[in-house]
Amino acid sequence: MSENAAVGKLKAKFASSVLDVAEFRGETTVTVKKEDIVAICSFLKKEVGYNFLTDLCGVDYLGKTPRFMVVYHLYNIGTKERLRLKVPVEESDATVDTVTGVWSTANWHERECWDLMGISFNNHPDLRRILMAEDWEGHPLRKDYPVQGPDRRPYQGRIS
Amino acid sequence: MGVEQTLGNNVITTTLDKVVNWSRAKSLWPMTFGLACCAIEMMAAGAARFDLDRMGILFRASPRQSDLIIIAGTVTKKMLPVIQVVYEQMPEPKYVIAMGACACSGGVFDTYSVVQGIDEALPVDVYIPGCPPRPEGLMFGLQKLQEKIMKEQNSFGAAIGVGDRVLEA
Repeated sequence: MSENAAVGKLKAKFASSVLDVAEFRGETTVTVKKEDIVAICSFLKKEVGYNFLTDLCGVDYLGKTPRFMVVYHLYNIGTKERLRLKVPVEESDATVDTVTGVWSTANWHERECWDLMGISFNNHPDLRRILMAEDWEGHPLRKDYPVQGPDRRPYQGRIS
Repeated sequence: MGVEQTLGNNVITTTLDKVVNWSRAKSLWPMTFGLACCAIEMMAAGAARFDLDRMGILFRASPRQSDLIIIAGTVTKKMLPVIQVVYEQMPEPKYVIAMGACACSGGVFDTYSVVQGIDEALPVDVYIPGCPPRPEGLMFGLQKLQEKIMKEQNSFGAAIGVGDRVLEA
């Protein structure tokens, strides 16, 4: 399969930042360094035409290093092309620069990612809880969060 | 039974109680309030085929006009304060029906975000099992609540400010 044109442009511009390119069933996934995410995103939006951020979410690979990935799903409305960006994030420094300046829809997506995964976003204009109650403690979508909540005994099996 | 009742149990007061209880039981006005799939069954119970209106049960859009709240669906911890505010805004006497497995016990959602039964926060009068219960189930639950209201004592006395309502015989 021929390589995605966007990946070629990305490699030409940010040669040292592209860590990995994967093709699977017509989907292209590019893993990049988190330091350059804002520059890469604004390049992809302005020069390559990925004008819509479909989704932004966090993934918890508990036990691996780096522990987290932040995943960006980009869409080019004109050409109907999609691209996935991944950014590895260490647990010790779980912060990523915000891309709200590139796509303003990232505001709520990043709030959700911080709310559920505990990955905070530098320079985010309004980083507070969005799905959980405002006084909630902890980040429930982390793999080591107790499913039944920290205030209850762990699951012992239903008595029935 | 040692219950202090100023008016006492006699033919006149028990008959007046019966009138008050009957008027309450046959004009239950539930708060329009649904949280999940159970709410769809509740809507079906209110619609033409099952027609709760014929039992005097009319859904009201304001807690000030309601004397019954049907907790229909999954109660999350984020939703609970809202439910409590709505419940507190309802005038006395007020009743609570927990409709479906989630409202009764958290249902399959044995998780951090779901309240494990609305009875942790509100006094429930009738529990309706099922996931979701069919409209017949809700109607049976409403009939059970009507029976419960009909058994109340000193309803008339409480209404004119003499003594308290006695909920069980």
